Amino acid sequence: MPKKSSTATRWYSLEFFIELLKPVSAADDFTIGLDQALSWLDQERHAVTGEFDVERGYFFTTCASVQNGNPIYWDDAAIADITGGPTAPLTMLSAWFRPHYWMPGRETIPLPWETHFELKDTLALPEAVATDSEVAFGAPIRPGDRVSCVETLRSLSEVKTTKLGRGRFWVIDCVCRNQDGEWVGTETMTAFGYRKG
Amino acid sequence: MALKDHDSLLAGDVSTGEELPELRHEVSATSVILGALASRDWRPMHHDRDFAQQRNGTRDIFMNTPNQAAWLERYITDWAGPRARLGRYKFRMGDSICPGDTIVFTGRVEDVAPDDTGCHWATLNIELSANDQVKTRFSARVALPADDNDNPWARRGDDWRP
Repeated sequence: MPKKSSTATRWYSLEFFIELLKPVSAADDFTIGLDQALSWLDQERHAVTGEFDVERGYFFTTCASVQNGNPIYWDDAAIADITGGPTAPLTMLSAWFRPHYWMPGRETIPLPWETHFELKDTLALPEAVATDSEVAFGAPIRPGDRVSCVETLRSLSEVKTTKLGRGRFWVIDCVCRNQDGEWVGTETMTAFGYRKG
Repeated sequence: MALKDHDSLLAGDVSTGEELPELRHEVSATSVILGALASRDWRPMHHDRDFAQQRNGTRDIFMNTPNQAAWLERYITDWAGPRARLGRYKFRMGDSICPGDTIVFTGRVEDVAPDDTGCHWATLNIELSANDQVKTRFSARVALPADDNDNPWARRGDDWRP
């Protein structure tokens, strides 16, 4: 009867040691660009100011598109009584800092959520999906206002595995203020940047 | 509870578990494009069917996110009235909404409670469906007047905590 060893012995194949000596492939390396991305945490970046003053005509177009008859957008008495003057439909927040389709002399159009696309590139995560979005509304936006926004990376997760692939979750705030610096709203996007498989 | 003219619901009129009235509407290409242009979204998948089908793989052009939010805003204030002030909403989108789809909004009051400033908040869970499928799930927090003399729109600074 063979003698049983008191300590377990595990045998490894030659291929196992060869595999250990191989450099980590880019596909498995989730530290690419990590230090740079972490340096963006809680830093205000990509400030944008709307190219146009807030215009009441857009209010009516938005309301017409969804047949919103709320009197605070249509009825002068309700406007004076309730909102103290015309206000933009709240959910138009992002419209006020989006660039127009064309302007003379403009060569590039700034992208909303630029930090999101920078994270994809910097962390070498070619795919991304927005998983959750949240919007909070502050002071009402009124005709003649000029809205500015600035992005801040709030969090960057450890490497996670989901059914989509491996990658990281991040949360970005886009904080919006009017020309007087008054807070008018914040959009927050949670996204998962990943490599398939 | 149904509203007349410019009336608004008061916080005391609303109770947890209450269902919001259903809203149905058939989406048209015109309304999708109107909504995209009003939100300054010039991306072609919201006005060019060939682009949407070939590049996005969708059935047709589709409603953009701000337009879905505009529908949400209408749905809430149709129910609560003009003094109601939307403070915050979250959403998770699933599938696209295209012209010809009949959208259906349904909702439920999850909670009604005042904050430390005396502002009364209703928390709502809302679903946007089309073709018998939930397309987007929202949760929203809307300020309701406490009484006939209260107006959430008058709140500023620290008195407004959405």
